[in-house]
Parts: sequence; structure tokens; C-alpha cells
Amino acid sequence: MRITVTVDGTTYTDEVEPRQLLVHHLRDTIGKTGTVVGCDTSNCGSCTVHLDGQSVKSCSVLAVQVDGAEITTVEGLARDGVLHPVQQAFHDNHALQCGFCTPGMIMQSIDLLADDPDPDEHAVRHGLEGNLCRCTGYQNIVRAVQDAASKLKPGATHLVGGE
Amino acid sequence: MIPAAFDYTAPSTVDEAVRALADAGEEAKVIAGGQSLIPVLRMRLAAPTTLVDIGRIPELRGIRDEGDALLIGATTTHYEVQRDPSVREHALLLKAATDTVADPQVRHRGTFGGAVAHADPAGDLLAPVLALDAELVLHGLEGPRTVAAADFFVDYFTTALRQDEILVGVRVPKHTGWGAHYEKFSRVAQAWSIVAVAAAVRVEGGVIAEARVGLTNMSSVPVRARAVESALVGQPATAEAIRAAAAHAAEGTSPTADGNADTAYRQHLARVLTSRAITAATGV
Repeated sequence: MRITVTVDGTTYTDEVEPRQLLVHHLRDTIGKTGTVVGCDTSNCGSCTVHLDGQSVKSCSVLAVQVDGAEITTVEGLARDGVLHPVQQAFHDNHALQCGFCTPGMIMQSIDLLADDPDPDEHAVRHGLEGNLCRCTGYQNIVRAVQDAASKLKPGATHLVGGE
Repeated sequence: MIPAAFDYTAPSTVDEAVRALADAGEEAKVIAGGQSLIPVLRMRLAAPTTLVDIGRIPELRGIRDEGDALLIGATTTHYEVQRDPSVREHALLLKAATDTVADPQVRHRGTFGGAVAHADPAGDLLAPVLALDAELVLHGLEGPRTVAAADFFVDYFTTALRQDEILVGVRVPKHTGWGAHYEKFSRVAQAWSIVAVAAAVRVEGGVIAEARVGLTNMSSVPVRARAVESALVGQPATAEAIRAAAAHAAEGTSPTADGNADTAYRQHLARVLTSRAITAATGV
């Protein structure tokens, strides 16, 4: 089937098999390898992207289902070489070790902050429950999200990138 | 893994969807959000020959106020149910249970009707649908029909839906002003309920006037804890009265034993969680 999708601001039209998963379409067809496949069970959240502005696990969506949609991956967040505030906060707070979960963590954190701009620790942990990290014990991830929240607040001087 | 190959069609009306299902025959499956089905396809636990995607049928999405009931369109997402003011006001129990479904990404994509039609006994929306005496609106080649929740859930992953039928919506009678709580027991984030309890209670002047209690994963289908409901009615909304009523929660149940819990433990959980759920629902 022929589908047209806008990914990180560029429109792509491709032939896909109905069984093609969105994550494979992004990685193998479009070349967005920043989005990774971490598990085979829909648990880990590493493949999280934004589909029409909402976070989804791209391993659990068929490419044919996103015909006409707009997708943002972790590769589409930085603007003119400047990291998105959530990316920068992950960097500043050392919110990663191996880094494999990071693309999904960042995409879900941005979604979380869109719904709740000032989350307490419980809200951050709850909002990231669909994302697994096997290195950090989550402490610095929670710190990074709260740091990003403070910098994204109205009046903060940080550039708001992404969507 | 990658799913086995299938044909895919995305009709734009219910009639087209029903026709496509009938034409595709026994091995066709309906897909909406796909949050239950796609993992199953990926693990090749199922290999349907055709998927009929009802996600592009506008009339199936959204929540309509019908006066004495809410009609929740089948492809309304969990996220939309969570945030709908009319659900909060008239069917708080549904919101409480939906809040606990999977994780935010899955709730963005997964649909209310999909979770109900999938009929996983550990799924969190079945017990609330049963407890609130909802009606399921089905549509097939012969037109629409309505089935009570008590008759809809037949067995593990099995419902009253015929091969050519789709679930188009769930009609939930309004329970305005009722307190509600969904108490879920699972070991880790994202895990399915080992047991969970859906409770809605109407309190009048400190006395429990009406109660609805549904149990998740205590059978192959959701179970209504009728003995608890009748024990509660007329009782003062106190911790002792609730505990005494909750002692009846496992009556008549014979839940399966599995790696998570044996039968006796599930029955114990049902009593404890029922007490907690009703306590939270009444605000004691």
C-alpha cells in the first residue's frame, strides 16, 4: 500500500506492506535510526515517537495506520543545532548511562510535560511508567524531567524547540 | 518479531466495515488502536488473513450524552475517556479504571471498545462495564443489536460478537453523584491485574443506598460481587460495615491458579481489595 507520512517536518511517500510496523518504517525506510527497538513485547518504550502530537510506541502501530499523519522522532527535536530543553536537561543531569532508552524517555517526557508542566516526583515516575531503563535506577531521569519543567516554565529564557 | 502477512482495509463507514468483515470470512480480525492486537500479531500468537481497521470511521469516536446514559464510541481512546468531563461526572468508575490501563503511550492509542471486545479477563475495563450495567451496541450485516454486559462476556477472549459484527459503542447508564474507585493489584508497572475490584457506591445521609461491585480476573469473564452489593445496602458508610460486606467478595468464585496467584490467594485478594475499593469509593 502507498502511504504518505510527514516525519520531522519532511513528507515521505512509500510503498509499505500492511504488516510493516511503524518503527521499522521509520528506521529502515526513512532512515530515522534515532528511534530504537528495545523489546519485543511493547513494554520498554524505547521506540516512543509523537503521532499527531501524542506519544505512542511505534512498535505497536502499523505503518499503514499512520497514512496522512505527522510524526516527530527524537531526531526532529533540536533546532539549528540547539538541543530541545528536555534533551539538554537529560545531558545536564546525566540522565542516562548506556543511552538506549533515552530517545523514548525524552519523547515521553516531552509528552508528559505537555500534559503536566510542573509534575512532582510521583507524577514523573507515573508518566514514565511505559518506559524502562535498565541502567540509571531512574533517579537522574526524574531529576532531568523536573529540571526541564523549570526551564520550560513561562518566563524561562530557554528556547522551546520541538513541535 | 514481524507479523505474518495479512490484507488490510480501512473502511470509512460501519456498513462498509461489516461488509468487509463478512467478505473476509473466519480469519478476519477487527483492528482499532491495535494495542492488544499488534503485540499478539508480532508474537505470531494470531495470524489473521485480513485486518479491518475501524480507526478511520469518524462516527465510532467520541462520547455522546443520551440523557440517562453516555454512549461511548468504540474507538474513543483511553486518553479521551480519562479526560472527558461527562465521564467524570456520570461514570467516574470508568475513569478510575481507565487511569490504570497500561501506560500513557498505550492510552493514547488504545481504544475503549477495543479493550472491551478483546475481553481479556485481566483487562481493567470489563469489570466496570459489568458493574455499571452497561449495554454493548453491536452492528452486523443484519443491522444493530444491543447486548447487556452480563451476556456479552462469554469466556476467555470470547464475546457475543458474531463474525460479521463489530462493537460500535458502549452505553453506560449515568451514575451521577456516585463515589467510585478501582483498586488494582499487580506486581510491577504495566503489569496486568492479578486481581482488581471496581466499586461504585451511592451514599445518602451516611448510609449506603446503592452499590455496584465488579471483579477483574476472578474468572474467565468479569464477575459481579452481588453478595457484597446486597450486604452493603442500608448499612452505615463505616469501615466495619464495609469490611463485613467485603468478606463476601469471593463467594461463588473459583478463580484460576497461575504463576502469579493460586485460587485461595486470589480469593483473599478479592476480599481485601473489595474492602479497599469500597472504602475509597465512599470516602470513609
